[in-house]
Amino acid sequence: MDSFNAVVQVLDSTIRLSVPLLLACLAGLYSERAGIFDIGLEGKMLVGAFAGAAAASVFHSGFIGLGMAILISVAFAMVHGFASITHRGNQIVSGVAINFVAAGSTIILGQAWFQQGGRTPALQPGERFEAIVWPGADALRDVPLLGPIYSELISGHSILVYFAFAMVPFTWWVLFRTRFGLRMRAVGENPAAVDTAGISVAWLRYRALICTGILTGVAGAYLSMVQNGGFVKDMTAGKGYIALAALIFAKWRPVNAMFACLLFGFLDALSIRLQGTPLPIVGKVPVQFMQALPYVLTVILLAGFIGKAIPPRAGGVPYVKER
Amino acid sequence: MAQAAIELIGINKSFGAVRANRDINLEVARGTIHGIVGENGAGKSTLMSILYGFYQADSGEIRVGGKPVSINTSNDAIALGIGMVHQHFMLVDNFTVLENVILGAETDALLKSSIAKARSELERLEREYGLEVDPDAIIEELPVGLQQRVEILKALYRGAEILILDEPTGVLTPAEADHLFRILKQLKEQGKTVVLITHKLREIMAITDTVSVMRQGTMVATRVTKETTVGELAELMVGRRVLLRVEKGESKAGAIKLSVKNLTVKDSRGVTMVDDVSFDVRGGEIVGIAGVAGNGQSELLEAISGIRHAVSGEVMLEGKPVDLTGKADPGELRDRGLAHVPEDRHHVGLVLAFEESENSILGYHDDERYLKGPFLNVDAIVADAKDKIEKYDIRPGNPRLKTANFSGGNQQKIVLAREMEQDPGVLIVGQPTRGVDVGAIEFIHKRLIAMRDQGKAVLVVSVELDEIRSLSDRILVMFAGRIVGERGPEATEGELGLLMAGVEHQEAAE
Repeated sequence: MDSFNAVVQVLDSTIRLSVPLLLACLAGLYSERAGIFDIGLEGKMLVGAFAGAAAASVFHSGFIGLGMAILISVAFAMVHGFASITHRGNQIVSGVAINFVAAGSTIILGQAWFQQGGRTPALQPGERFEAIVWPGADALRDVPLLGPIYSELISGHSILVYFAFAMVPFTWWVLFRTRFGLRMRAVGENPAAVDTAGISVAWLRYRALICTGILTGVAGAYLSMVQNGGFVKDMTAGKGYIALAALIFAKWRPVNAMFACLLFGFLDALSIRLQGTPLPIVGKVPVQFMQALPYVLTVILLAGFIGKAIPPRAGGVPYVKER
Repeated sequence: MAQAAIELIGINKSFGAVRANRDINLEVARGTIHGIVGENGAGKSTLMSILYGFYQADSGEIRVGGKPVSINTSNDAIALGIGMVHQHFMLVDNFTVLENVILGAETDALLKSSIAKARSELERLEREYGLEVDPDAIIEELPVGLQQRVEILKALYRGAEILILDEPTGVLTPAEADHLFRILKQLKEQGKTVVLITHKLREIMAITDTVSVMRQGTMVATRVTKETTVGELAELMVGRRVLLRVEKGESKAGAIKLSVKNLTVKDSRGVTMVDDVSFDVRGGEIVGIAGVAGNGQSELLEAISGIRHAVSGEVMLEGKPVDLTGKADPGELRDRGLAHVPEDRHHVGLVLAFEESENSILGYHDDERYLKGPFLNVDAIVADAKDKIEKYDIRPGNPRLKTANFSGGNQQKIVLAREMEQDPGVLIVGQPTRGVDVGAIEFIHKRLIAMRDQGKAVLVVSVELDEIRSLSDRILVMFAGRIVGERGPEATEGELGLLMAGVEHQEAAE
């Protein structure tokens, strides 16, 4: 029973750890499907995390924090859009610039406003998103097998966790069942076809980037207001980049993205769980090895096991009307 | 004459200093097929882009169905019943036919009803016009001819009464082109108006009712097709008399310079594309290979020029064997006197982002003439390029200009100049005049004849039957990877056409 509980615990933390990845990955999916590479997911998550925690602590409301996280993240997405859609700039350069601005400005503003070394004040209850306990979760906790699964895995997460997983079928539905999704996929493949059909390429791409901004904003809010009780500098710690890897891994498909992020979350959870625990046969594994595993796995799987990942064809190329 | 579907009055359009359209007047009658011919850069596409709302005219008036209209976006054009089939298809390759058809013409925010409507509408169009295509097929898996049909369907689905086709046959095989023409005639019978932009005069003669000729941004003439000739149109297009059939003397065939024996080549999927092919080319003769595109001509050329491995057989160049296992690189063959003008100049023949002068030495760049120690001798290269520009009348005559800024005909001349000026013993040329203007075609043909008269062995592959008949001293016809017949230059079009269609071949096999 102990080992079963251990498994449930690892899976529980898998879910918690995959949520920011999943949100960022879906965010990237919107922009890349529309033909805009977005290496700035990391930066947008970071400003979202900072804005969320800062606003929540000042206004004493989790929802104001979340709203502010989304607002600021969308604003950064619009900067990316202005540079790469309106001015046809290089999308990678614009994305990297956003990451730099995000990393620097969050620390400077944090220090200027709160004087806690770049941190925001620790969030009080009511300023954070609390876990939602599902009906009967406590009563069922002791039922063998199903009890722990229901009360640990399904119940007891914050609303943002449920939001993240609900976004998977929702994104699929948007992509493949709505007019917006059809046009967005088309603009990422052949913007000229969209243009000649009488649809504005720029406006379509801006809308996709708004979706990206909303999702990275929620991802940031999750980091600073759910996983952590406040903002800590550089708290995204490369999650935006792992999300990009997961996106490639998932071949730009929402359901695949969920599994890819769960896999990365699982490896993360495992590496925390196994810290210092000797493994059979190999013995004690250095923690760095476990931390490197998601990246190693990405390279190996991309190189051979999942086949060719073909990105949206117009990705990274600014649209210029041909003469 | 019937009422005008479109009237253009005094249209002007400039791009910077270039006046693409000058005082254009055009009237297209309803229910007719109206051709617009002109060389590349004559302003045909600009004019049609103005009509389709891609650009706005600087001045002038557009009337559709007698009413003055302003067309500011493609949406306006679509609303007025104008549909356009672009030269480069505006399709999303990994979408289905249905998805492409509804893109931009969806009924509401969800796709379900749009798809249902499009499905029944496509069935109706299929019945009415014989435009058959599987609505659930993925575009990239369809042959080019069917992709074009999807473009036509897109326009009809949007309620187009006036259909503009921009160089529609450039990518089609002759059979596909014929099918397209049947469709266009049917559209005309149903009362639609068709505007056909092309530089192929044969198509104009075959299908249009009226034809307008453009030259250097102006509309020089409009003729009733029945009352004009190919010669007159060519003259109007170029502004001078054009020889449609190049004059040449008797060939003085000498020793065998290129010999191909039992050559078999497979493509990357393992399908046999060239099947046991043997022929010789002598110095002082032009051998033409005719055939419908995709019957192994491309693979044959690639194998001879060292780009593609052969499975078996042998190739002798000036009496010495060529390694066909892939060890012979094209550079080595070039050193041995084999010059190759590839079929696809954009992907194989040129680097479009390079300067003209750089492209004019590409492949020969390690030649001492162009080097100064380990570095390129830019002065020598530019001087050499200027020399070629003069000899081959390449325009604009600026060797430092990016190659992408040259027209198709001039790009082809850059490649030809590069290969011919190396004084090769054997010259193999794929599609010498694909996408090239009438005037330049004449020039290129004359050059090829001149090479022959200097005693070079010339092998020409072309899908243009006229070109093969006009140039060749001997004609080989390829069908399904085999050479199915050899004819002299006096062979009729019909005779060669049957061979190209594999008719005689099949009869022989039975």
